[in-house]
Amino acid sequence: MRKFSRLSRFNIASLALGFAFLYLPILILVIYSFNASRLVTVWGGWSLRWYREFFADRAMIEASWMSLRVAVASATIATLLGTLAAVALSRGERFRGRTLFSGMLYAPLVMPEVITGLSLLLLFVALDAERGFWTVTIAHTTLTMCFVAVVVQSRLGSLDRSLEEAAMDLGCAPARAFLSVTLPLIAPAIVAGWMLAFTLSLDDLVIASFTTGPGSATLPIRIYSEVRLGVKPEINAICTLVIALIALVIVLASLASKLSSAQGESAAPL
Amino acid sequence: MTDELPRRDAGAKTAGDAYPAAGEPLLRVEGVVKTFGTFRAVDGVSLEIKAGEFFALLGPSGCGKTTLLRMLAGFEAPDEGRILLGGKDIAQALPHERPINMMFQNYALFPHLSVRDNIAFGLKRANMARSDIATRVAEMVALVKLEGLEKRKPDQLSGGQRQRVALARALARRPQLLLLDEPLAALDKKLRENTQGELMELQRRLGMTFIIVTHDQEEAMTMASRIGVMKSGKLAQVGAPRDLYEAPRSRWIAEFVGDINLFDAESKLRDGHRLVVGTRDAGALVVAEPREPVGEGKFSVAIRPEKVKLSRRGPVSETGHATAINRLDGVIADICYLGGTTTYKVKLDTGGMLQASVANSARLDVDAYSLNQQIVAWFTPDDCVVLPS
Repeated sequence: MRKFSRLSRFNIASLALGFAFLYLPILILVIYSFNASRLVTVWGGWSLRWYREFFADRAMIEASWMSLRVAVASATIATLLGTLAAVALSRGERFRGRTLFSGMLYAPLVMPEVITGLSLLLLFVALDAERGFWTVTIAHTTLTMCFVAVVVQSRLGSLDRSLEEAAMDLGCAPARAFLSVTLPLIAPAIVAGWMLAFTLSLDDLVIASFTTGPGSATLPIRIYSEVRLGVKPEINAICTLVIALIALVIVLASLASKLSSAQGESAAPL
Repeated sequence: MTDELPRRDAGAKTAGDAYPAAGEPLLRVEGVVKTFGTFRAVDGVSLEIKAGEFFALLGPSGCGKTTLLRMLAGFEAPDEGRILLGGKDIAQALPHERPINMMFQNYALFPHLSVRDNIAFGLKRANMARSDIATRVAEMVALVKLEGLEKRKPDQLSGGQRQRVALARALARRPQLLLLDEPLAALDKKLRENTQGELMELQRRLGMTFIIVTHDQEEAMTMASRIGVMKSGKLAQVGAPRDLYEAPRSRWIAEFVGDINLFDAESKLRDGHRLVVGTRDAGALVVAEPREPVGEGKFSVAIRPEKVKLSRRGPVSETGHATAINRLDGVIADICYLGGTTTYKVKLDTGGMLQASVANSARLDVDAYSLNQQIVAWFTPDDCVVLPS
């Protein structure tokens, strides 16, 4: 066993290089967010100055609040719809065009975001909808719903159908069987799907910039427009906070799936 | 719908209170057909099962036995025919509306619930009082000898323990009918044999009606009081284990249940109460005249290997019998030692092969035959069965 668990020098080097490639830029960003200097590239000692500036920057705070609200709302709606779609596809009877339907559900996974964003913009313009919070939320829901459906469907696929049958056999009507047996067993996948949708929405720039209206910019839009005028150290502070938030969500997601595997189920596929 | 059905007796103190008296008809299946696309999985099955019976549905995989069981449980609805339980047609009733429970092949235990909650699951749905549920669960745990494991999750149990939980869960609601889908398939041989005995014991003690689906004919013979053999969606024969083995109705059943030697008949001649049948592979064979007279169609003579006797010089002549005994000369072509018995393959001088199974009644091999030894195989006319081809 020892022979396999020990890392060779080559393994250590490749791991170090890989992690450096992935995390060095982020690490630099985090360190420079504590920079006291006004210049982004010059180190001027430790300070929380840019965090103070961020919390004083009303436009930034508003954009952050907007992003969080959109992320929570769209993740929740996407989880609901995505779970229903996954259940319908893996539990419903085989209907005509089912393959086409499931293919269409997953299309947004590979669809370029520019196209999704543009088509949604055209739709909202045609409907004469006022662009803002709800249009961005709807757009993010269409983007993230398929991710939730994929995660939940793979969990459902690995679930033994006879469990539901056993529940019905023991006196549950079909809906009750789903709620008391299937739902608890796919809950980790649903939670993981929600968190995935949340981070995807928080991170999205392209679709949001197509579908948002004046005065309701999301955080990525706000940051992007600021950066075009030159990188302010304040941006580093905001990004560090976003990284912290996403790290927290990921830790919670892995805890959720750990908890469920401790309950005797295989972990959610994430 | 529910009101028309016999009430599931969730509160009774002792098993047996709510069941029809033993021997009364409980379940009637009438001309049930189930098709999947163009495939007729179950093709016109009719069957009657009495209360207190241990019935086995036996057949090769794909014969429709599981589909039939799933229709009894309510997971499939028959396309034609009726399923009557205690006189009420339940063919279209949903699973939760039937006083029937099923034990699944893979047990289908709820992985997120403990042993106790798995067993209590069906009782909670029956709106039993909490204290009654606790009593019943304790009773079931004791019944299947799982004391001390109530708080475990299914993945913390061995295969045999899981099987017991599944059984307890299915029995907890005191169903009128318990369906068991290959209940022992996942257990190893020794455990399976023990569990067979325990299941039979339990069934007798509870006086419950069991229907078991299995592809293992030994298992069906050991446990069931009656067996229904299925082939391509049809019931080929229903009868006691002994009837199936000693009086199979067709060549297919004779070959499916146990081993058998078959000789195609070429001619027949009546001789009093006997029939002299000419066969290509074994010459002329004297057989007892079958109860149903042999028609003009093709038929064959069948003899079970353990009914064939072997000896070096042939049977000692007994008065009255000697002329009627079938005596075939041959050489030992193959020997298969199985412990309790040895199976010899005899190459007959007439050309055919004959299997003989001999009990190894002595530890030392003084009685054993050796390869290429010249021997005489013999059997009585009454041990032969005439089967239509």
